[in-house]
Amino acid sequence: MAILSKEEAQAILKKVLSFSKADSCEVSLNGSNGGNIRYARNAVSTAGQVNVMSLSVNSTFGKKTGSASINEFDDASLKKVISRAEELAMLAPENPEFMPLLGAQTFQESKTYNENTAAMTPDTRAEMVGKSLGVAKAANLDAAGFLENSTRFNSVMNSKGLFAYNKSTNVSFSVTIRNKEGTGSGYVEQDFNDLSKMDVLALSKIAASKATGSAGAKAIEPGKYTVILEPLAASDILSNMFRGFDARSADEGRSFMSKKGGGTRLGEQLFSENVNIYSDPMNPELPSATWNGDGLALKRTDWVKNGVVKNLAYSRFWAEKKGVEPVPFGRSMVIEGGTQSLQDLIKSTEKGILVTRFWYIRSVDPQTLLLTGLTRDGTFYIENGEIKFPIKNFRFNESPVIMLNNVEALGKPVRTGSGMIPPMKIKDFTFSSLSDAI
Amino acid sequence: MRRRDFLYMTGVGTGAAMLPSLNTFGRLISVEEALTPIDVKLKKQMADVALNAAKSKGATYADVRIGRYLNQVIATRDARVENVANGESYGMGVRVLANGSWGFAATNNLDNDSIAKAAELAVAIAKGNSKLMTEPVQLAPQKGYGEVSWKTPLEVNSFEVPIPQKVELLLNVNAEALKGGAKYVNSNLFMINEQKYFASTDGSYIDQDIHRIWPTFTVTKIDSASGKFETRNALSAPMGMGFEYLTPKDSEKIKGGPVTMYKKRYDMFEDVKEATVHVTEKLKAKPVPAGKYDLILDPSHLFLTIHESVGHPTELDRVLGYEANFAGTSFLTLDKWESKKFNFGSEQVNIVADKLEVGSLGAVGYDDEGVKCGKWDIIKNGILVNYQTIRDQAHILGLAASQGCCYADSWESIQFQRMPNVSLAPSNTELTAADMVKDVEKGIYMFGRNSYSIDQQRYNFQFSAQLAYEVKEGKIVGMFKDASYQSNTQEFWNACVKVCGKGDYRLGGTFSDGKGQPSQASAVSHGSATTRFNGVKVINTGSRIG
Repeated sequence: MAILSKEEAQAILKKVLSFSKADSCEVSLNGSNGGNIRYARNAVSTAGQVNVMSLSVNSTFGKKTGSASINEFDDASLKKVISRAEELAMLAPENPEFMPLLGAQTFQESKTYNENTAAMTPDTRAEMVGKSLGVAKAANLDAAGFLENSTRFNSVMNSKGLFAYNKSTNVSFSVTIRNKEGTGSGYVEQDFNDLSKMDVLALSKIAASKATGSAGAKAIEPGKYTVILEPLAASDILSNMFRGFDARSADEGRSFMSKKGGGTRLGEQLFSENVNIYSDPMNPELPSATWNGDGLALKRTDWVKNGVVKNLAYSRFWAEKKGVEPVPFGRSMVIEGGTQSLQDLIKSTEKGILVTRFWYIRSVDPQTLLLTGLTRDGTFYIENGEIKFPIKNFRFNESPVIMLNNVEALGKPVRTGSGMIPPMKIKDFTFSSLSDAI
Repeated sequence: MRRRDFLYMTGVGTGAAMLPSLNTFGRLISVEEALTPIDVKLKKQMADVALNAAKSKGATYADVRIGRYLNQVIATRDARVENVANGESYGMGVRVLANGSWGFAATNNLDNDSIAKAAELAVAIAKGNSKLMTEPVQLAPQKGYGEVSWKTPLEVNSFEVPIPQKVELLLNVNAEALKGGAKYVNSNLFMINEQKYFASTDGSYIDQDIHRIWPTFTVTKIDSASGKFETRNALSAPMGMGFEYLTPKDSEKIKGGPVTMYKKRYDMFEDVKEATVHVTEKLKAKPVPAGKYDLILDPSHLFLTIHESVGHPTELDRVLGYEANFAGTSFLTLDKWESKKFNFGSEQVNIVADKLEVGSLGAVGYDDEGVKCGKWDIIKNGILVNYQTIRDQAHILGLAASQGCCYADSWESIQFQRMPNVSLAPSNTELTAADMVKDVEKGIYMFGRNSYSIDQQRYNFQFSAQLAYEVKEGKIVGMFKDASYQSNTQEFWNACVKVCGKGDYRLGGTFSDGKGQPSQASAVSHGSATTRFNGVKVINTGSRIG
């Protein structure tokens, strides 16, 4: 019951809207099913399945909106959720930022659904985790990991004629493998829409190799170093920056995109010339839904071109206020790169540090987007194009904006964390102190 | 008969068995519905259906949690209301032991058939998991308490206070900030009521009614000439209290320092007035010169340092590696505890776990696996003496019973080890914060939580504050900006030289601490009095872009 087809969702939404007496009404229907396995100390600790569906209503009289939701779908319940939303709307204060509903829109057909992933069962998950545990046990290491898959549908319809539907699948896997002495640790994480792309065995071998290779780490002095960031490490830092491409906070003067004296940095050269960032819901490696929660169509959007800020996200309200077209936030962020592999970047480095991932990243200064956090699960010293030895973890204090002004080379983008991200070679990356954590 | 009772009796409903997922806001309901509790007799009846079904399928132990989680959020910005929402999440989770393994299933369809099916699914999952088992679960014995109940001691149920009254309060707070020159102000009220019913094959039927509240705001000012902006957040604490927290009381204020501080009553108007002044000062504050300083840390700031550097590393499941793939492990390995002489901090450092402290976020009568809650030492005179644990790990510490640290954030989440209130005990002196400032030559006095980050074994951390005052030759001389301190947990707590007395003791807390996969949130308080740490490294985090 939890995953409805486009036609089934449309039928329920139409029925709900037929009960509405409000000036305007928007109804969304969402469902998901899937499951997960969590393991630690080389054994399964928890496992389960999820199957949920819910319907939400926003009813509006004038500029007053009320919301209600329900997870029962008989006619009486559908009528009740409508009347509850309408009662709440009557009581609500006027919203000065209310925007009239969008009418019918045209959306591309997304590529987010994969039948293999949707067909996953508890046995599929157990078999995959068995492979990961096998790698750890064979190497006398300890594995702790998490495997999760889901199939979802999202749909929305309003009284002005808008209807949008999307069905998607996802499978995500992460594992931390540590040596028995607790002196080495490795990590991988990966997610795909398509199960056939997920190679748990190969990923677990990478984590195991990092666990073994990172044992016996040496301490080197904190300071500024050339770093090679694996795609996951780059993604960890840059996801904090993507959220900042918001026109309203920039216009209001409280963002790194705000300009001294007022206005935004739209059109400014803010990054190195070799930095290009775009989002594209139809990217075959990283597809997303083709519409957002406002019912706006998502299209390919350039955010940074040759280092220049090309777009900021404008909500419908802010766009109207500023007299521009709305620009929805991108969901599938791509940082363009070259053709070099991670190994190529290492080979081209005289002295530097290879970072597997970052951890516990927090904003220190929202004005400059200065972040702090730590390296984790495999940090290595590079000399003359080779990994020489593992090093102790560092705390960093760095802004992704400054970082993207110090790009020496970008490799081939891969799907990781927050988008399609290349491995990156960055000069003058600031490490501020050492950590004993493993 | 209430609607829910009717649904149970008649078996109306849809859906399927569920297993842990993120605790969501649930369905949106009316205020009136929120004030209608579920009959305890009905809950017992439902629980027995689940327990009997689990036992009949081969469970050697089973517990049931029937949870009704109410959330109310009121969000405002400047002169307008951004959101008012009432949410309810209601359902049942069944956990079982079968063939030595845990299994869990949940449902929000509370008819007999769906309840029995959920219990049966939990047993099937347990039996499936047992095939990958390395050793069977050892569950610490727990006596059954029969039919008992517990309720957060409160004067005013937040959910009974009319929404217009709450909206008016927040909009008046915003008006005060705008009058004081704020460019923007956001204020919010978060209120939570967990109505939890626990039953187990041990013979416990525990009904609990738990309340939490968190009023907060952020005031922003902008210097358009320089393009700089600064903010100051509320210095309130989230509390395990009712709406009475928002009734100011002079006896619950600490005045005389650079900032008015609050104990178990909060004056939102006074705080927002001070905040508008502080933000202006922050815009003009001088950059901190990097170096070593003596830090005087107010409880509104220190609570988070305690949370991150003491609370998390003393969680036994982290020590054992159960969190290795997410939050990490802990430097406080079992050998350090076994030695009985691991020097976590100086002699001034006494850390207490307390699940009973009145007004705290973590206060409950019983945990989520039916264990009566209590209080115990974690660090005694600087030495690590204990951890925090639950029933299936108590034997590792040689304990005859669990310490009662089990919690799930929803009926659909598996309960697991979560932090109790973990607090730094005040000293047995009359020392006040003002006394403490007097003998500091070169220091920084910090208030409020800001940026925080710590490594995955809880050694290296970096923290900053809402307000950082320069202390020079025993006097507060002005405000610093861009001050963060970096340290290592053991080094930091060994630098603790003075703790103020009971009169200065206050609670801070975090409303949603994340842990586990899928991630679950829990709320926990940390008490302390103002505390001094000598010779801590402070860095200047100022930077420039473009």
